Amino acid sequence: MREIQAAAITETIRNLCIEANRDLPQDVACALHAAAAEEPWAPARDLLDILVQNEGIAREQRMPICQDTGMAIVFAEVGQDAHIVGGFEEAVHEGVRQGYVEGLLRKSVVGDPLRRVNTGDNTPAILHTRLVPGDQVKLTVAPKGFGSENMSRLGMLTPADGVEGVKRFVLETVREAGANPCPPMVLGIGIGGDFERVAEMAKSALILPLGEHNPDPYYAALEDELLALVNSTGIGPQGLGGKTTCLGLHILAGATHIAGLPVAVNVSCHVTRHKTAVL
Amino acid sequence: MRKLNTPLTEEDVQSLKAGDHVLLSGTVYTARDAAHLRMMDLIAAGKPLPVELEGQVIYYAGPTPTPPGRAVGSIGPTTSTRMDASTPTLLSHGLRGMIGKGGRSEAVIAAMKEHKAVYFAAVGGAAALMAQCVTALEVVCWDDLGPESVKRLTLENLPLVVAVDCYGQDAFELGQAAYLEERA
Repeated sequence: MREIQAAAITETIRNLCIEANRDLPQDVACALHAAAAEEPWAPARDLLDILVQNEGIAREQRMPICQDTGMAIVFAEVGQDAHIVGGFEEAVHEGVRQGYVEGLLRKSVVGDPLRRVNTGDNTPAILHTRLVPGDQVKLTVAPKGFGSENMSRLGMLTPADGVEGVKRFVLETVREAGANPCPPMVLGIGIGGDFERVAEMAKSALILPLGEHNPDPYYAALEDELLALVNSTGIGPQGLGGKTTCLGLHILAGATHIAGLPVAVNVSCHVTRHKTAVL
Repeated sequence: MRKLNTPLTEEDVQSLKAGDHVLLSGTVYTARDAAHLRMMDLIAAGKPLPVELEGQVIYYAGPTPTPPGRAVGSIGPTTSTRMDASTPTLLSHGLRGMIGKGGRSEAVIAAMKEHKAVYFAAVGGAAALMAQCVTALEVVCWDDLGPESVKRLTLENLPLVVAVDCYGQDAFELGQAAYLEERA
């Protein structure tokens, strides 16, 4: 059994928090550059150029890309043959604490949703842990801002709503979001499962590489169709009009109940951040 | 491009049309969700606000901590509509302008027409770039709110779009309609 020290997990999470907030992932940066080159509407193109410049300035000057450095969403895949020495969850939270304090990231978390006192160090993280084969630990930090998170929606559709109902729900979500989530957006879409699984699928879909498709050709085609529909709304960058409303979207689908068709749309922005390391 | 300085006069505001690009300089104040709630409490209690609002501009923003040797950390707008419930009251207390992102409610737009105010959109998410347009930052009050405290900023040519003008015109509606018409 391979031993992994909790301190190594803390240090890795710390560094991932800082790096994720300064370096836009390559796939998102590429999608942004491509959109700027292909946008037919001049005012929208100017805005996309500003976003491209901003991403470069953040990387070069080691500044956060966006002032909303998010809640720290952490996806952990823990190999069942790894032995973590020390408390795993506390190690993750400590990494977030160190990353947000030492990295001069914004502390955007309140400890209680109604009494609302800032925790001062951006903890706790939202931690999703899965047990997987092997003896490694794979950690992904995906800082998530709430300008876009607030625009996300979950619907318990019925089997009769079918795929047309899913398309309607996604488009309604995008139209209601409008200018608010800092378009061009990235969308994570969950279909199936149950109430909480569908939301988790939608969140997980946000960290899949842009430009890649669902391996199932049925869902790959649905991804293309939905992206075209979203990019025909005219919302455009910042909601000021244009073609580029969405940089890309992914669907994750899963088994569900005979009576249900859950769908969740996790809305993200042009600063869809995530960084991964393997221990 | 049109250059403007704060505080804004009624004439400044009346000369601005939805969709205009401006470069804004001078003093503005940050306030977001928690600071708005506290201001509303002060108003309800008949107490003075921490800042005299007459002619002033509020920027819906909470910057990242200031790195050593710089004036400010990354700073960009947050979603304005969360402040909609408080905005008509603040406009009636003399607030002349707001900077944020996204649309506003009908009630806010009606109050903007009544009190002659303007709402600017900054580029959401372009926070490292826009930090270059802030030359000074000072906490005014409510430091316990951390990123949500009220801060006095000195702007130098912050690029903005007039999102809603004092005549009720909305640059989001106009811009989307213009693009869709051109494409058709």
